[in-house]
Amino acid sequence: MVKQMSDYSKVIMVNGPVVKADNMLEANMREMVMVGNNKLIGEIISIDNGVGTIQVYEETEGLKIGEKVVRTYKPLSLKLGPGLLENMFDGIERPLRKINEISNGFIKEGIGLLSIDEIKKWNVEIIVKPGDILNQGEFYALIDETSLIEHRLMVPPKISGEVIEVKPDGSYSIEEVIVKIKLKDGRIYDLKMYQEWPVRDPRPILNRMKLFKPLITGQRVLDVFFPLAKGGTAAIPGGFGTGKTMTQHQLAKWSDADIIVYIGCGERGNEMTDVLNEFPKLVDPKSKKPIMERTILIANTSNMPVAAREASIYTGITLAEYYRDMGYHIAIMADSTSRWAEALREISGRLEEMPAEGGYPAYLPSRLAEFYERAGYCKTLSKKEGSITIIGAVSPAGGDFSEPVTENTKRFVNAFLALDKKLAYSRHYPAINWLSSYSGYMDDLSDWYTENISGDLLVLRGKVMKILHEEDKLSDIVQLVGEDVLPDDQRWILAIAHIVKVAFLQQNAFHDVDTYVPLPKQHLMLELIYHLYLKGKHAINNGIALSKVKDAELFSKVIKMKYTIPNEDIVGIGTLMNEINDYFTELEEKYE
Amino acid sequence: MKLKKEYLKIDKVDGPLIFVSGIKDVFYGEIVEILVGDEKRKGKVIRIENENVAIQVFEGTSGLSNTNSAIYFSGKAFELNLNENILGRTFNGVGNPIDNGGEIYSDISYNINGRPINPVAREYPRNFIQTGISSIDTLATLIRGQKLPIFSGNGISHNKLADQIVRQSNISKESGGKFAVIFAAIGVKYDDAAFFKKSFEDSGASEKVVMFINLANDPIVERISTPRCALTAAEYLAFEKEYHVLVVMTDITSYCEALREISSAREEVPSRKGYPGYLYSDLASLYERAGILSDREGSITLLPILTMPNNDISHPIPDLTGYITEGQIVLSKDFEQSDIYPPVDVLPSLSRIMKDGIGEGYTRKDHPDVANQLFASYSKVKDIRDLAQIIGENDLSDVDKLYMEFGREFEDGFINQDRFELRSIGESLDLGWKMLSILPKTELDRLSSEVIEENYIEK
Repeated sequence: MVKQMSDYSKVIMVNGPVVKADNMLEANMREMVMVGNNKLIGEIISIDNGVGTIQVYEETEGLKIGEKVVRTYKPLSLKLGPGLLENMFDGIERPLRKINEISNGFIKEGIGLLSIDEIKKWNVEIIVKPGDILNQGEFYALIDETSLIEHRLMVPPKISGEVIEVKPDGSYSIEEVIVKIKLKDGRIYDLKMYQEWPVRDPRPILNRMKLFKPLITGQRVLDVFFPLAKGGTAAIPGGFGTGKTMTQHQLAKWSDADIIVYIGCGERGNEMTDVLNEFPKLVDPKSKKPIMERTILIANTSNMPVAAREASIYTGITLAEYYRDMGYHIAIMADSTSRWAEALREISGRLEEMPAEGGYPAYLPSRLAEFYERAGYCKTLSKKEGSITIIGAVSPAGGDFSEPVTENTKRFVNAFLALDKKLAYSRHYPAINWLSSYSGYMDDLSDWYTENISGDLLVLRGKVMKILHEEDKLSDIVQLVGEDVLPDDQRWILAIAHIVKVAFLQQNAFHDVDTYVPLPKQHLMLELIYHLYLKGKHAINNGIALSKVKDAELFSKVIKMKYTIPNEDIVGIGTLMNEINDYFTELEEKYE
Repeated sequence: MKLKKEYLKIDKVDGPLIFVSGIKDVFYGEIVEILVGDEKRKGKVIRIENENVAIQVFEGTSGLSNTNSAIYFSGKAFELNLNENILGRTFNGVGNPIDNGGEIYSDISYNINGRPINPVAREYPRNFIQTGISSIDTLATLIRGQKLPIFSGNGISHNKLADQIVRQSNISKESGGKFAVIFAAIGVKYDDAAFFKKSFEDSGASEKVVMFINLANDPIVERISTPRCALTAAEYLAFEKEYHVLVVMTDITSYCEALREISSAREEVPSRKGYPGYLYSDLASLYERAGILSDREGSITLLPILTMPNNDISHPIPDLTGYITEGQIVLSKDFEQSDIYPPVDVLPSLSRIMKDGIGEGYTRKDHPDVANQLFASYSKVKDIRDLAQIIGENDLSDVDKLYMEFGREFEDGFINQDRFELRSIGESLDLGWKMLSILPKTELDRLSSEVIEENYIEK
């Protein structure tokens, strides 16, 4: 009787996405509720003496005082099972294609809780037999979710027991029970083809491991200059128009993770449409399959309800953790974490909480930390290795990196890829500033680079970085007095730095060859540029004039090698190297 | 319709808001009619707590007292009656006709807040709109279905530019579709509104134009509904009646000021420069209504104009706008003062979605290359000019001198054009090559040798 009473909570206040309801003495913090006659989806975010404050994930216009609030008795959770890949969801895992079938063109409120497809039949291979002991996290069935990814169904955390019944291999939908196990306490537990998990709780793992593998992106400025590690965290801050989204798209397309979770958090609708159109056409360089087959999209665009924007980040990371537990390497692109922080601020403001810096709530840093700490390289419950790499875009207000979101993000990430307005204005893309960016993964990854590419790549990187630093210092002088007054050896540094920028750091995302470059070619390109530097330096030290050393034709060949030398066939770089040698041998002979 | 109770007592009047108590059966967002003597005003419920309701009054609260008004709850959200007869008409910020043309009667009415477009229902914009303006067509190409704002400043000729874009744009030419222009004036001076009105009349397009006018001395709260009414009309014409709609909105800065004023009256926690924390979401709820739906004919292209306070592009209004819109056209005070029209500051100007709407099959094969090289070369001009300021132009190297010449020619010959001059995209690109050919071939490092050979104009 008492329970029934508390079921009838009523709306007593409406203020945008924040709603208060009475009669909530027994409701739990973070419980999901249905608000009003339209059954809007909401989550309890604070409870005060029986009055619950609810953030509502849908538009609240039309809501009346006294409308019913119905409890669901569970926290905001996701259904995790086959059908996630190649799909596009809103911030609370509702598939946007299905929403479009119900409500054509525009998203209306009150659609209710939808999730992964319950009708679709999957071909299931069951890999356990009666009598087997199944522990938490262990696999009991396999599904080819896409031609690229095998979906491994796992026993949910905290469940283990003896298999007592299995269905034969065959075609099933996700609600069907395919395996039954007997728990230690004698209860029978049904294993369906999905499990539910609350979005705000990290999924358990066995233990975390040291990072040692790079996330290869095919982007030269990243792979060579600021490498990312599988299981690492990176932030990409930049004002508008500096190419954050472009960089995120490039990473989503080409990085060598098994699965990409792309979270469009409070961003443009057309950008998500672009991804939807383009990804099925792009082919993964390794597997030659459309990259859409390994992608999950979450789109909570800037005009969709703000509370769902807040949830979208957690939805994305929970989906990533689920696939990690199967033993995959996941990369998450969160574009943009600033919109998420602003959603926190907006809701905090509606709750009339005391604001801290920039109007953001005081718990902003701890929320950011919680999010980035869900990245990592680990041993899963099934004793496989898996990882989650988080790459978060940050949109600093006014392009000013000292604002609270950028500042606090910096504390919790290990790689910082600062986008630069000036570079973007001159269309130097990716506009990653080589002086203000950093990666803390160089030491972790040096063994891998030594074993798999070459022992000297990171040494070479250091040397080229030094040239760039020197150029930066010299350019101050050049700004004041012009280049002509500098001695030839310093002008040679300027010339080589220009080559590094144009030939190596700039990368054309729209060029078939240049959009993705394998590491061996990156290595040889850098080697060639450095070789040119040494040759020229030697010649200048021998008193040869800069105008002779700086040969326009040779320079132009070096600059264009990224386009002219195919990725698969890099002997062209050797040929070019010989050309450089021949040129300088001839030059030095002439002047001897 | 259910008869609604009348309330006679206002507890509190504060800025644009009134507070009423003892109210039952009212919903969030409900429209309220307020009768002050003979005068009818419109309000909207913006907060309900138990039986206490806060109402935002569109026409302003002056003249209201605790007891002199009667309040009726309409039981409806803010809706606009729409049919095709709105073409050629003029409305105020709450959608009432102000041109003596009579009311719009229609069976259908639309909630002015609209609903978010589902990203899977969108069609990615790809069709190039030729504006006939070299700097825009070549470097920040407008695409049908795009939202591309003009960032301007006070005293800069953004109105002339917007007018030229409206006049010259072939928004529906190649598809032979129907087109319409919707003009929303948000808190602008009478002169500015009159300028547009006259230029629509002069171009003979008046019957294709719908105007929503909120002048600088009109009520602040109406500024919130003006763009929403305009966009609702745009959605109706585009997605129900298959029009290609160009929406021009000016001035977004007045809109944001109004939002700030109301927010402060509601005693909300302010964020940057006193603007409410939800300014981004609020602006997005306007801008994101532009676009194309894959299963319908029409499109909405949005051209908002905003004046950057103090010409500061990092001010919250241009800053947040830039994060939502698909690029921006930035106008420069320097150009305005040196009599260069249109004063488009090309380096910070950008069209994000032009990459898919230009090049072979859309504009011309060499378009992406020309644009890329012009940006790169012109950005170099800026550095060299700084240097020339210090050491004098005569002491520059020969190549640098060519850059100086390129810079001048580019500004005077390429960016600069007449208000009534229409350059086709081909003409603009040829002009671009003429400018690039001032520089030696070796300086064109963004172009492949084939592209250079094909197009470079030898002296």
